[in-house]
Amino acid sequence: MRRFGWVGAAALAVALPWLPFLPPFWITLANYIGIASVVAIGLVVLTGVGGMTSFGQASFMGFGAYTTAILSTQWGISPWLTLPASLAVAGIAAWLIGQVTLRLSGHYLAVGTIAWSVALYYTFANLDFFGRNDGISGIPPLAIGGFRFIDPRATFAVVWIGVLASVLATRNLLDSRAGRAIRALSGGSVAAASFGVNTARARSLAFVHAAVLAGFAGWLYAHMQRSVNPTPFGLNASIEYLLMAVVGGAAHIPGAIIGAALVTVVNDQLQDLLPRLLGQSGNFETIVFGIVLVATLQAAPRGIWPLLARARPRHRDIQPDAPPLPHRALPTPNLTGGEVLDVRGLSKNFGGLAAVSDLGFTLASGEIVGLIGPNGAGKSTTFNLLTGVAEPSGGEIRFLGRSLAGLPARAIARLGIARSFQHVKLVPAMPVIENVAIGAHLRGHAGAIAALLRLDRAEEARLFAESARQLARVGLAEHADRPATELALGQQRIVEIARALALDPVALLLDEPAAGLRHAEKQALATLLRQLRADGVAVLLVEHDMDFVMTLADRLVVMDFGTRLAEGRPHDVRENPAVIEAYLGAPG
Amino acid sequence: MDSTIGLILVQDGVINGAIYALLALSLVLVFTVTRVIFIPQGEFVAYGALTYAALDNGQLPGSVWLLCGLGVAAALAGLWRRQVSARLLALTLALPALVLAVAIWAAPRRLGVAFDAALTLAIVAPMAPYLYRIGFQPLAEASVLVLLIAAVGVHLAMVGLGLVFFGPEGWRATALPAPSLALGDLPVPGQALWIVGLAIALMLALFAFFELTLFGRALRATAVNRLGARLVGIGTAQSGLIAFAIAGAIGALSGILIAPLTTVYYDSGFLVGLKGFTAAIIGGMAAYPPAVLAALAVGLLESFASFWASAFKEVIVFTAIIPVLLWRSLRHGPAEEEE
Repeated sequence: MRRFGWVGAAALAVALPWLPFLPPFWITLANYIGIASVVAIGLVVLTGVGGMTSFGQASFMGFGAYTTAILSTQWGISPWLTLPASLAVAGIAAWLIGQVTLRLSGHYLAVGTIAWSVALYYTFANLDFFGRNDGISGIPPLAIGGFRFIDPRATFAVVWIGVLASVLATRNLLDSRAGRAIRALSGGSVAAASFGVNTARARSLAFVHAAVLAGFAGWLYAHMQRSVNPTPFGLNASIEYLLMAVVGGAAHIPGAIIGAALVTVVNDQLQDLLPRLLGQSGNFETIVFGIVLVATLQAAPRGIWPLLARARPRHRDIQPDAPPLPHRALPTPNLTGGEVLDVRGLSKNFGGLAAVSDLGFTLASGEIVGLIGPNGAGKSTTFNLLTGVAEPSGGEIRFLGRSLAGLPARAIARLGIARSFQHVKLVPAMPVIENVAIGAHLRGHAGAIAALLRLDRAEEARLFAESARQLARVGLAEHADRPATELALGQQRIVEIARALALDPVALLLDEPAAGLRHAEKQALATLLRQLRADGVAVLLVEHDMDFVMTLADRLVVMDFGTRLAEGRPHDVRENPAVIEAYLGAPG
Repeated sequence: MDSTIGLILVQDGVINGAIYALLALSLVLVFTVTRVIFIPQGEFVAYGALTYAALDNGQLPGSVWLLCGLGVAAALAGLWRRQVSARLLALTLALPALVLAVAIWAAPRRLGVAFDAALTLAIVAPMAPYLYRIGFQPLAEASVLVLLIAAVGVHLAMVGLGLVFFGPEGWRATALPAPSLALGDLPVPGQALWIVGLAIALMLALFAFFELTLFGRALRATAVNRLGARLVGIGTAQSGLIAFAIAGAIGALSGILIAPLTTVYYDSGFLVGLKGFTAAIIGGMAAYPPAVLAALAVGLLESFASFWASAFKEVIVFTAIIPVLLWRSLRHGPAEEEE
């Protein structure tokens, strides 16, 4: 939506409820839908995009609601001034909980929030400070000048402008460097970390963003309802918010709003209908919701929204004249002898199995070294050791003269080692160009706050101009806007190379880049790699296509059973009887 | 607090801990075999308790109708997926019909504690494999997170169904017959002996099942490597059904054991299950002995917390999970890759 569209939507939110034929009941319901939408939009970032989930969103809402309830009733602070406090309390609570659970695998967050929200419910319900089970009433309504927002039609404007603000903030966040880090999580945290993404921080950001939105919803709720009590912030409410996101389509902002509308309306109808049908009172709607939740997961796991809207790839405008990103000075071969990578005595044991043992080799700038060997020789493990994905059991890796011991993957990426993966690890639903931009993650600096306020546009333009350049360099410019998974597998490998180049690497580690390529594509790849060599990039290449690697590599390192079998120029290695026997199985 | 109160609290803690241990065991079993975090476990406790209490009062428990409904739904799910076999129909249609007939015949006759307990198990336990067929089997390849959300959905539905079939009133059953003992000054009620004794017996039985029987070994194989187990002919679905059946039976049995101790409502199970669940999490969701120890710790913590700060009993028990998660998080280092 262009700026005009947002202003228009806000004007609509002010004017719409005053239309004469709208019954007040539906306006009130729409206000509840709006508040639920804000919470569900938070779950889009957390669950749909970040691949985590929380059963504690209602308790974060409670944080926001109780904060403003206490501040405005006991200290008489204006609701507009309590808003930052409500957001901050929810955000800080989420940050603390995230510190505890986000480093563990995904379901611990969910499970932690279940326990946490039960504990919080009883805290709210048992402390005088929170008014116990009765809660806090007499909360002042929002007011501007002398106008008090009490009429649901007036509240409608506040709530739905709040929804618009949440949509805008979330869209801004997702379309930014920090948001790409969150989206990169679904391509596998190893790949994200290999391009310098601090995965723990990205998870934490997603969680805090979702919680701050929930806190905002709680603030809205408190001033609309004018009283708070523990029930709307309990576990069942949290489950309902998750249901909204799942049913609507957890990966899409419109899905969250549709889900919120559906669940709220159906809930309202069922609470009327079911007790009459069953002849007793009670919360029978949970039966329907439970069944709908499971059925949605089975039949339409991506929710309703993708069924309604065919995803059209959105074209991203690239500004080719954006000032280029700073470029790393590559070590000059002539001055330093060119060695960028020096591996000595490297070994890795998995239990009793030595995947790599006592491996040593060097890699110089402006050189292509082929790392070859039969399947299971330890080549991919070597890559993982070099890039900090796995920790060596022994030996030393020196890069540009410094030891890599103990460095995490993202620190190694920062030093200038970029890689591709044997099994392609792109973010499936994300356009090719944005996948490439993840490679340039470390060349930008803008954080989440800058993204929310759109202060990152100049830097984003530079990052995307660079990504477009690298994509053009590998010959995939015309595919920039397509989702990565739509490309052929061979092309996806090439996208991985473009992503690696976007890091501005000193050393490029490519794991079977030519697999799945046609002849002409292989030729183009060889030309590209020669060009990189001429530019002074050090290239380490794992490849099974012998013609490809023999004609391209300056030197070969042959591995077998984790050890170095031979090393030398391709021609000499080809004649080496030990290599022939190990690699080809039989002489000749 | 004097030592007598301390002893009583310890006794309470051990009794509750034994129940939590049983639940934690079945949660670990279900999670390792199917990757489902079985949130509805607590509903099986409530269903078990309420069914047993109804039989104890000479009434036909509403849950038999639910059993029949779930059986029909499971049969239809099988039909929908074209997996119909004579065995499926026998298990999903004939079995509930038989149980219904027995229940209608037996309920007013009050045939005694052992019979009531057995009938309760027959009514409640099969619901778990039906739920597996209906809800979880189609999601067998989904991520842990999706399975967890589905489990929460099942929990939600089961609480509502509990209200429909048992009504809003709480029930309490008469105690299982047993002499009470005295350990020094401390009187030990017979029910406590039943609970601890049965818990220990059940753990030994489970141990024997996993070590000695082919089914048990198949379950362990599935838990270690699902793909590998399938390649050697151990079906994921069948292992899942067995794991769910065991979990349902353990849940129902736990319900029978607590029914004489406390008044149980249709929604009482959730907190009980969640405490078993806390124990399973503290134990790491992977191994049985740590889960049992953690369950005893949770039981003791709860019992002492209810003495010192009864209003905050639940708060204390559930926040105890946070330091444990923190410790695991620091020990494990960076997040492991999701499957």
